[in-house]
Amino acid sequence: MELKTKLTAESGKQDIKITREFDLPVELLFLAHTNPELFEQWMSHEYGTTRVVSMEAKRHGSWRFQTVDAQGNVLFQANGVFHEFIPNQQITRTFEMDNTPFEVQLEFLEFEKLDEDRSRLSMHIIYRTGELRDQLLKNPFAQGLNMAHNRLQAIIGKLK
Amino acid sequence: MELRRDVFQAIADPTRRAILNLLALQAMTPGAIAEQFDSSRQTISKHIQILTECELLKQQQNGREIHYHLNPQKMKEIADFIEPFRKMWEERFNKLEAVMKNYKSKK
Repeated sequence: MELKTKLTAESGKQDIKITREFDLPVELLFLAHTNPELFEQWMSHEYGTTRVVSMEAKRHGSWRFQTVDAQGNVLFQANGVFHEFIPNQQITRTFEMDNTPFEVQLEFLEFEKLDEDRSRLSMHIIYRTGELRDQLLKNPFAQGLNMAHNRLQAIIGKLK
Repeated sequence: MELRRDVFQAIADPTRRAILNLLALQAMTPGAIAEQFDSSRQTISKHIQILTECELLKQQQNGREIHYHLNPQKMKEIADFIEPFRKMWEERFNKLEAVMKNYKSKK
């Protein structure tokens, strides 16, 4: 089976490239990244609900979101600034995880229309150093959320 | 040197990556590998040594000659290293697609 989401992380480099084609018009793909309600929906999962704290969808606007568990504990929080904001074409933003030793990263998102119903997203994420990138890739907490840990908690939570 | 045993440090070097690419096609003797590069035989030999220490390469004695070949198990470990991250994005994007299709049909 061909993988829909492709990820390239060349050894010795300090960046990652992610590409994905969607069965969605480019306008909807873009909207998913800028509309708080829709963003919350696709960034939430069974073990955490994502809440957008702020989303100033414009050049030099800032954004912040957090993921909370069923008890309302904040599991994860991230923030950043939009540096470039061209509707249906491009977002350049910073991404920083709160309360972690990881440094801010720079993200280039390119939105591409393939036809009326299909689009492609290309993400280029740049870290300060190659070591930082590798640490992040190896650290499950840094991968948006500590999935294994939180899944385990969710299962234990059900047993209680 | 501690760092040398780190497989990611090992593959960070362009010459060592080129060696891995060569050996992906066929097992080769150190001499045949060195012929592919402008660097000295000693330099290439050092690179081969580092790759072997990291278990990326395996030695095979054929009579008087030593052939080096890739260790697929170790190569797979490197690929596996980015897989959880890729999978996280795959799951997110699948969700995004489902959410937006739902949004579209409601409009």
